[in-house]
Amino acid sequence: MSDKTKLMNVKEAIIAAMSEEMRRDENVFLMGEDVGIFGGDFGTSVGMLEEFGPERIRDTPISESAISGTAIGAAMTGLRPIVDVTFMDFIVYMMDNIVNQAAKTRYMFGGKGQVPVTFRCAAGSGVGSAAQHSQSLESWFCHIPGLKVVAPGTPADVKGLLKASIRDNNPVIFLEYKAQYNMKGEVPLDPDFIIPLGKGEIKKEGSDITIVTYGRMLERVMKAAEEVEKDGISVEVVDPRTLIPLDKELILNSVKKTGRVILVNDAHKTNGFIGEISAMISESDAFDFLDSPIVRLAAEDVPVPYNHTLETALLPNVEKIKNTIYKVMNKQ
Amino acid sequence: MKLSKNRLLNMYELMLDARNFDLKVNQLVKRGMVPGMTHLSVGEEAANIGALAALNPDDIITSNHRGHAQVIGKGIDLNGMMAEIMGKATGTCKGKGGSMHIADLENGNLGANGIVGGGHGIAVGAAYTQKVKNTGKIVVCFFGDGATNEGSFHEALNLASVWKVPVIFYSINNGYGISTSINKVMNIEHIYERAGSYGIPGYFIEDGNDVLAVYETFEKAVKYVREGKGPVLVESITYRWFGHSSSDPGKYRTKEEVDEWKKKDPNIKFKNYLIENKIATEEELEKMDEISKKKIEESVEFAKNSPEPTIESAYEDIFAD
Repeated sequence: MSDKTKLMNVKEAIIAAMSEEMRRDENVFLMGEDVGIFGGDFGTSVGMLEEFGPERIRDTPISESAISGTAIGAAMTGLRPIVDVTFMDFIVYMMDNIVNQAAKTRYMFGGKGQVPVTFRCAAGSGVGSAAQHSQSLESWFCHIPGLKVVAPGTPADVKGLLKASIRDNNPVIFLEYKAQYNMKGEVPLDPDFIIPLGKGEIKKEGSDITIVTYGRMLERVMKAAEEVEKDGISVEVVDPRTLIPLDKELILNSVKKTGRVILVNDAHKTNGFIGEISAMISESDAFDFLDSPIVRLAAEDVPVPYNHTLETALLPNVEKIKNTIYKVMNKQ
Repeated sequence: MKLSKNRLLNMYELMLDARNFDLKVNQLVKRGMVPGMTHLSVGEEAANIGALAALNPDDIITSNHRGHAQVIGKGIDLNGMMAEIMGKATGTCKGKGGSMHIADLENGNLGANGIVGGGHGIAVGAAYTQKVKNTGKIVVCFFGDGATNEGSFHEALNLASVWKVPVIFYSINNGYGISTSINKVMNIEHIYERAGSYGIPGYFIEDGNDVLAVYETFEKAVKYVREGKGPVLVESITYRWFGHSSSDPGKYRTKEEVDEWKKKDPNIKFKNYLIENKIATEEELEKMDEISKKKIEESVEFAKNSPEPTIESAYEDIFAD
């Protein structure tokens, strides 16, 4: 594998991942609202219509039930659709097809058939789109056996994991953070650069405290972790990257090493996925290594407000993360 | 329409199998040998078998909760199907699906569906694959009357019509969605009229208990769709003899109404046709019925003698490799 990289933003990483997979496998195609001439509602398919044509960059009606059902039927019969869900909030219209059909088909049929479809969802707040266009709904899907859920936090991870999702033979819910589509980072150019689903990464090594985070919050956690270094606190940042399947071992080993844990995500606190990670740690042998209670830091349990000050105030930020670190370390 | 003697007798055999299978399942339900819900299609044999007879063997279907006649008509192994309904390890779905989720992918059946309207989008997607890969195959999406009020129905017809994919949407109208008469929940007279909203042809089979009438209309629909002109909507009128499911007290329809429909038995109608047109003698057809019943008995024996699935198997088949 070549180690060449290029500075790209998340949008470009998504386009690169999809385009490479479409060149590699003629069964892969993109469908959704405005994916064609418009280039995707978030610009995540700009230029693809020109390369692949309207048969493989398939504009659809505003018709989430038909989009999701059609993708699943196509996947069951040999194609590998990528669905641009656009705003993750609209996936609610697709729930029957994802939860009752895609997730259960193979199991109900006794292991026959497969549903290789990737649902790309623009998640999270941060761009002033208010309550119906700002949600991170990953925990709903993590609750359903038969679905894989991916939530990357860097451009390189976006590329490697999106490619793995497209190649996966199961339905995958893939979160992209709309506030981070322009976030830049070095991205491997090798078309065989794949990050396997279920494999997390230590984003920063440390010895005093573990922070487990994923997706949009990774950037803020990394910044907070760097800033508290000055105060002599060594933070280990663990990014599972894939929520289902979850790299439990990576998380537990880090917890055993540091004995302290903070969990951070941008979804609402109640029933958020970090609650599941907390329970997983509590139920494991890593519990005996804990020197302090597990702490969660998440979005407040209110709908996302429109006003920028309000929207911003409800999310974990670098200050809140740092304060939580000081608290857990008894350094307030 | 000119069907050979063999084809006609094969259709009759499938109608007998569908009838005898469900009558047997009904007995097994009463004896407590079938867990959960089953939805019998007794009375709807012609509507199902007539449609399937117009397809090529490698064409594809999506089925619904009342799908036993559809999977039998598509050529499933009866032993595996009976074992599945009894929840056994040797069942078509290893005992994990049951009556509502019988799938037979090898024979082009993408599966029954426990969600009303759940098959609509899947059928469009399967048809899209056939179009893209230029296979020449078409898809038939089976559903009842109630499913045509689901949003998924309208979205699927719309998308299929603009993408011109080879799918026949087929509503087997038995008059009731559980207890609710379709006429109380639809402000037009016929389901097939809804095709007009999507600019596609709608076909109406007034006597869905006449297997040859069903076949004849389906032949036209199949020709249209296979020529690449896009989807069609077909409606046939028929009736289910039994309740919606095994737990239906049947208060919403009169005994007279049920008896009236039993007089229009699709199997007897076809039997009379075969005798009158000297395709077979009554004795020969009786013999076919005996053979069919024997096959069904054997399937019950197979299922009874099959092992329960292991607990370990419950953890398998969630994800594909």
